Amino acid sequence: MNTRIVVGQGSCGLAAGAGAVYSALEAKLNASIPAELSITGCIGICYLEPIVDVYAPDGKLYRCVQVTPDHADTIVKAAETGDFALLNDIVIKDEDAQFLSKQTRIALRHCGIINPDEIDAYTADDGYQALEKVLKTMSPEDVIEQIKISGLGGRGGAGFPTWFKWNAARQSPGDEKYLICNADEGDPGAFMDRAVIESDPHNLIEGMLIGAYAIGAKEAVVYVRAEYPLAIVRLTNAIKQAEAKGYLGENILGTGFSCKMRIKAGAGAFVCGEETALIESLEGNRGMPRLKPPFPAQAGYWLKPSNINNVETFANIAWIINNGGAAFAAMGTENSKGTKVFAVTGKVKRSGLVEIPMGKTLRDVIFDIAGGIRDGHEFKAVQMGGPSGGCIPAHLLDTIIDYRALGATGAIMGSGGMVVMDETTCMVGIAKFFLEFTTKESCGKCVHCRIGTKRLSEILDRIVKGEGKEGDVELLEELCTTIKDGALCGLGQTAPNPVLTTIRYFRHEYDAHIRDKKCPAKECVALLTYSIDPEKCIGCSLCAKKCPVGAITGELKKTYSIDPNVCIRCGACINSCRKGAVCVE
Amino acid sequence: MCCNHESVDLALLEDVLASYANVKGSLITILQKTQEIYGYIPIDAVYHIAERTGSTPAKVLGVATFYSQFRFQAVGKYLIMICKGTACYVNGAERIIEAVQEELGIGDNQTTADGLFSLSLVSCLGCCSLAPVMMINEDTYGSLTPDKVKKILRDIREKEGK
Repeated sequence: MNTRIVVGQGSCGLAAGAGAVYSALEAKLNASIPAELSITGCIGICYLEPIVDVYAPDGKLYRCVQVTPDHADTIVKAAETGDFALLNDIVIKDEDAQFLSKQTRIALRHCGIINPDEIDAYTADDGYQALEKVLKTMSPEDVIEQIKISGLGGRGGAGFPTWFKWNAARQSPGDEKYLICNADEGDPGAFMDRAVIESDPHNLIEGMLIGAYAIGAKEAVVYVRAEYPLAIVRLTNAIKQAEAKGYLGENILGTGFSCKMRIKAGAGAFVCGEETALIESLEGNRGMPRLKPPFPAQAGYWLKPSNINNVETFANIAWIINNGGAAFAAMGTENSKGTKVFAVTGKVKRSGLVEIPMGKTLRDVIFDIAGGIRDGHEFKAVQMGGPSGGCIPAHLLDTIIDYRALGATGAIMGSGGMVVMDETTCMVGIAKFFLEFTTKESCGKCVHCRIGTKRLSEILDRIVKGEGKEGDVELLEELCTTIKDGALCGLGQTAPNPVLTTIRYFRHEYDAHIRDKKCPAKECVALLTYSIDPEKCIGCSLCAKKCPVGAITGELKKTYSIDPNVCIRCGACINSCRKGAVCVE
Repeated sequence: MCCNHESVDLALLEDVLASYANVKGSLITILQKTQEIYGYIPIDAVYHIAERTGSTPAKVLGVATFYSQFRFQAVGKYLIMICKGTACYVNGAERIIEAVQEELGIGDNQTTADGLFSLSLVSCLGCCSLAPVMMINEDTYGSLTPDKVKKILRDIREKEGK
């Protein structure tokens, strides 16, 4: 047996330098060294990328982290000599390994383990067995029944029962039906779906084929974000391989079932995550939502019965068929079954992909798995569900991961973005950030969303500039309610959530901005006041030299001071002072 | 974009139109291929596509302007894409944007006078663990600080002898 050297090449691994690591390893290896070099996708331990898995001939895994091209010599030497102790300095530490060992992986089960470019790697690990079982031994109704037993809910965010959508599309009259995968992962701060497509594309294809069989579709389309070029490359390759092996196309596995699959690259529009807008975009139009009903199950793509699910939803299907719906339903809570994948980012020590059973708490994810807040700061809030979601404060950290429990906080489960914030993040600022996003991404079809989000942004903008007025918070609340009630689609209906949750849990920050003209997080530049502590200042003049507008004056070896009327609050002084004498409030 | 009347060789579109002009629902694909060919969507191409697909320039331009992927001006040699995702925002993306603007004197979707750099503020690049992040052409740069960004840009300038 040779040593296997496997370089993690997901998007973030490559961004961290995995490409150069691979090249360096390739250059050092030669025919006389008993080692094979290959790639895998993203294992989700993003904060330790680039990651190189070294499998010794006895099968033991040495997972090397934060590998640089300079480590290539050591890795190759270990493979050559069989002395894997050489890798000790770069092998993952126990506490970091727990990031993974504390997870339960279903949707991500192959990610970062198998080679996404080789169909044989997938079939060797039970791949396409669920499809074979379905086509040869189950009726479409049996499949829908298993999905019903599993309790799987749509992983795009709303958690709507998957079996119900499949059944509705199955029951819709007509021979021409479509199965669509929504891979337009647009929430800023979310990258679960990208990891699945880049790392385990065949799992998505298999799940989609089972769905197509269940609803009676002969054509399947994957709508992928244009910003995910690598995902498109890997999925294109996987589709070709599946066709060549007879898993896709005409008369699949000799069962008479036929289904073709193609990829449609999106062109950058957040609203296309909404299913009817996505259909408009597939048809080559501006991605503006349609009125519902009729629902896509009745009249979707080209007005034919269509079913749309998210990537992570499909990624669970093959596992459910192989293991039975009951096994999936055994995990989770009363109304949220199975596992959920989260992209945990922001101010945590360990950021990356976390898949855990429903019913775990936010604290489990953020503190136990992601290691809590870095740089000695304190947890302030976690933002879930992106621009449609909300901020959950510290006292609700024991909330369980469950559609209802999270909904009760005013946030949502969402597709899986979990951005953790510490005390240096201004909550009015974060609300403004999301509203600027939704204002820009509003398609403009309905007045409530188009103008409502714009007005919300304007009010938030004046608050962070210190121009907020008494009554602004009430005005925001009223406007939010109106937008929620009146907007046509999910984008508008949920756009007020970041504002409403920050008002609900961080009202004091709004009041501080409006009444005291202060930003408690010291983030809103217009509300900061810089001054020099005369006790600490040694009169070195460094700050005065750095000040771009000459706001700092004084005499050498005496105390300097800042003229607040001239100061532009750039922060150059605070960065230059070696005595910590510059204060900001 | 109305002023952009540089004439382009429309014959380059022939292969794309031959494959897609008569396939319904292909307008976005045609526009994507057009941008691959020219680097942006020339206004002449909008009229040409409309004519060949039996559509109207208003419809073609309406679709093109709806999606953030499409540009209507040629971009500089180095396209800087700064991520405005949530994780980058929380980790100080605003300061990175300011640093680039200070260094180059251009705003979103603008190009420097020497044609070297274009700036584009984009939604999440999906490298959230490396936040704040920017991409320059194919290369990703993570864990940025304002000083780091300025150095990266200066190094490129130096390499280009400008």
